[in-house]
Amino acid sequence: MKVLTGNDLKTGDVIWWTGSSWSRHVDDAADAGETADEVLATEEAARRVNVPYVIEATREADGSVRPAHIKDRVRALGPTVRPDLTLKPKDPEALDWII
Amino acid sequence: MYKYDSYDQAMVDARVDEFRDQARRRLDGSLTEDEFKPLRLMNGLYLQLHAYMLRVAIPYGTLNSVQMTALANIADKYDRGYGHFTTRQNLQYNWIKLEDAADILADLAKVEMHAIQTSGNCIRNISSDHFAGAAHDELVDPRPYAELLRQWSSFHPEFTYLPRKFKIAVIAAEKDRAAMRLHDIGIQIVEKDGEIGAAFYVGGGMGRTPMIAPLIRDFVPLDQLITYAEACLRVYNRYGRRDNKYKARIKILVHELGKEEYKRQVEEEFAHMLEQGVEPPREELERIKPFFADPAFEDGAKSVDRSDPDFALWVDRNTHRHKHDSYVSAVISLKPVGGIPGDATGDQMRLMADLAKQYSFDELRIMHTQNVVLPHVKIADLHALWTALDAAGLGAPNMDSIEDMIACPGLDYCALANARSIPLAQRISERFDASGKTGKLGELKLKISGCINACGHHHAGHIGILGVDRKGVENYQLSLGGSEAEDVSLAKITGPGFTEDGVIEAVETVTDVYLAKREGEERFLDTYRRIGMAPFKEALYD
Repeated sequence: MKVLTGNDLKTGDVIWWTGSSWSRHVDDAADAGETADEVLATEEAARRVNVPYVIEATREADGSVRPAHIKDRVRALGPTVRPDLTLKPKDPEALDWII
Repeated sequence: MYKYDSYDQAMVDARVDEFRDQARRRLDGSLTEDEFKPLRLMNGLYLQLHAYMLRVAIPYGTLNSVQMTALANIADKYDRGYGHFTTRQNLQYNWIKLEDAADILADLAKVEMHAIQTSGNCIRNISSDHFAGAAHDELVDPRPYAELLRQWSSFHPEFTYLPRKFKIAVIAAEKDRAAMRLHDIGIQIVEKDGEIGAAFYVGGGMGRTPMIAPLIRDFVPLDQLITYAEACLRVYNRYGRRDNKYKARIKILVHELGKEEYKRQVEEEFAHMLEQGVEPPREELERIKPFFADPAFEDGAKSVDRSDPDFALWVDRNTHRHKHDSYVSAVISLKPVGGIPGDATGDQMRLMADLAKQYSFDELRIMHTQNVVLPHVKIADLHALWTALDAAGLGAPNMDSIEDMIACPGLDYCALANARSIPLAQRISERFDASGKTGKLGELKLKISGCINACGHHHAGHIGILGVDRKGVENYQLSLGGSEAEDVSLAKITGPGFTEDGVIEAVETVTDVYLAKREGEERFLDTYRRIGMAPFKEALYD
């Protein structure tokens, strides 16, 4: 699947396109398919996202979304060396998902 | 320490106001990201993996307790309670909001700090010897010259849009503690026939094409220091490549022209510029010098009570000989076992500030090895200082050991990185600490970069590790034999790369080879230079 991601203009938070808005959680990401470039242009112009781009990802059997590249998995969760600062600070197995 | 005059303060305050307006216009949509990016970068504001990142300049690595406390307060108020000290003696915050950035710059300006020229193709923060003004072996304190260069290079209109970023280091001792010859310009303050002047090394650097700066001129009189630096920059600004960012650094120009031709052009420009009289009046240097005058040292104890072995070990490893025999410079390690190299919490920064005020004439230094120095500590105060540091997790006795690694932020934070650096540093320090091997290895400088840009100085490591992306999987190249000191050299790659687990095993293997082959008091680097790469390769790959 093609997933759109970027950073929130004000906060810099990593965000993912849900099909209608932006979420901080990669599992909310929608498949943008052929509309990816069009959505990027519209959303960037409206200042709802900063420096957006398209990545490859897969939707897993449990419905979660896994970016293809490790860099985007680090972006999706947070720094592997600071589990307390990730989006899943209380999940000790969350970091395994990145590697 | 240098104090801003009204001009310095007015410039910094004006820049805060200017940036506040630029950020406001970005947030309200008046500026696009393409328009805003060069403006935010000129103020040290990057967009990294998780958020905006702000890089704060710490001129030649020197700051006082008020400034360190302000950095701590910013970490707590605007970031997530910590900061990261860098290999260019600066500080980075990793979780900044654009809407807070101007307020942070305003808080910095109140304590005579800023983030100007910590990014962009301009002259960056001037770096120097972290023991400047304290070391027993220096000719003079290099910081007045670094400060003069800082003033000259700040907002210099001719050098705002160089072909590429430009880094200058200034030292004044034969022992190089600032990686001077791996800078675009390395300046060593020297003495010749009783006169103080400057030797210029030009065209060094790390990155994807590492080079050691050749000596361009062995003596420039001090009243021509700025003119000569400007001539070096002018030739680069005129002929440095702008068509290819990977070939745009001055090292490429010096290499392609050849040292002699580059020097000829600089000398020609220099002669022309001397006629123009661009050198600041000597009075300006004389105005600056008193800011760096020695504090009021007092005679006192010359040795410590070594009955506590932990304290004795810390004294042996983490203190440096001072020019006054009742003092030492004390290194505060930001490399606790299993910790993140260079990170300090707000509370730790405040403690270091308080200890500087109490024990070091209110002065701190940031080392390019991502540690902190209290430059002037009475030997009689060392035990009290160590006790306070140890209680706060800042007492690791590991300066210049394999546990004192440089590691860039890597793929955990950096948008340019290909692989993670910090987890390697953590695992290596845990492993060597647990095995008790660290002490046996003595001085061993291990440096880790997460990409070819080499912010982790892997080219200059006795052991260097470079993280690369191999079809979406982290892979690590090992290199041996680098040095950023006065015996400067570039490390050579051992061979095929390793997985994360594999490279940690490989580090263990090369240290085993060293211990087996070492003669006398040889350091790892000495043994490598004597026996060459072959025994290490054999152990790694056969």
